[in-house]
Amino acid sequence: MLHTINRSPFENNAMETCIRFLQPGDPLLFIEDGVYAVQGGNRFSDLLESTLKTNPVYVLQPDLAARGISAVVEGVERIGYDGFVDLVEDHQVNSWL
Amino acid sequence: MEDVKKIMHVMRRAPHGSIYTYEGLEMILIMAAYEQDLSVAFIGDGIYALKKDQDTEGIGIKGFAKTFMALDGYDVEKLYVDEESLEERGLTEEDLLVDVEVLTSGEIGRLMNEQDVIVPH
Amino acid sequence: MNIGILLKEGPYNHQASDTAYKFAEAAIKKGHKVDAVFLYNDGVTNVTKHMDPPQDDRDIARRWNELGKEHGVEVLACIAASKRRGINDDVIIDGAEITGLGTLTDIAIRNDRLVTFGD
Repeated sequence: MLHTINRSPFENNAMETCIRFLQPGDPLLFIEDGVYAVQGGNRFSDLLESTLKTNPVYVLQPDLAARGISAVVEGVERIGYDGFVDLVEDHQVNSWL
Repeated sequence: MEDVKKIMHVMRRAPHGSIYTYEGLEMILIMAAYEQDLSVAFIGDGIYALKKDQDTEGIGIKGFAKTFMALDGYDVEKLYVDEESLEERGLTEEDLLVDVEVLTSGEIGRLMNEQDVIVPH
Repeated sequence: MNIGILLKEGPYNHQASDTAYKFAEAAIKKGHKVDAVFLYNDGVTNVTKHMDPPQDDRDIARRWNELGKEHGVEVLACIAASKRRGINDDVIIDGAEITGLGTLTDIAIRNDRLVTFGD
């Protein structure tokens, strides 16, 4: 199951809730305002780093660029919309709106 | 029964403050007629949709809490409630309108992974 | 792979419509079939025909219309959600259709994936 998160963790608990339900190995993809979660050195970096030990984490690069974010937590993989499609090829999707 | 898909609806928003829960319920009622393997998971504020004693008369919005009680009649019997969401809101099963299965996030997470389709509301 | 898309937010107010479009475009480019975009909640306002954004901005309704025409993507607005919001056949773009939630159920059943975008 691919889990997508599109809300900033600073205003919505989608990321924290999703991680609570996440099964080991399932990919997590941050899109739209969700991408603020993966910026290095923020309040959610520890949670993200521990998630990275069990789950692959992706972020939509065009959404990062649009928001002026370049530094992301190590281990988070940047992908484009084509990479998003690749993940959907391999997994059903659970959008944590 | 190969064509039967496992479809889970996920309710994460409180009722009344926005229309998502109500329109989600409308979708569930229609899908129920298609004889798929439907379930509904109530997580976070989604649980408030099942709270007893809701009276929307004063806010001028049609109430729909009782429609959740009718789901059983549409053969939508798999209603899952996240235990932690219930506890952190100071609620128990007694506060809910309908019979539900209270499960841990791990249990609901595993059920999510069995689904063909997940529809968030 | 056959993909259905469920879009739950209106245009411009939220990025959901843009992300859904970019995703659909990328999927088509990779050779996948995007079967339908089903509009629900405020998403039904994605296909109103009097949309008239400033010239330097994207025209969201026209974009859905073109995607539908060029790639055989059905663009469908839920009838119950549309009626509630004053959307009917008179105000939607050519190529979009108003249909019931049963159609969404069919889309969910017949496609390999249903991908939801919203708020």
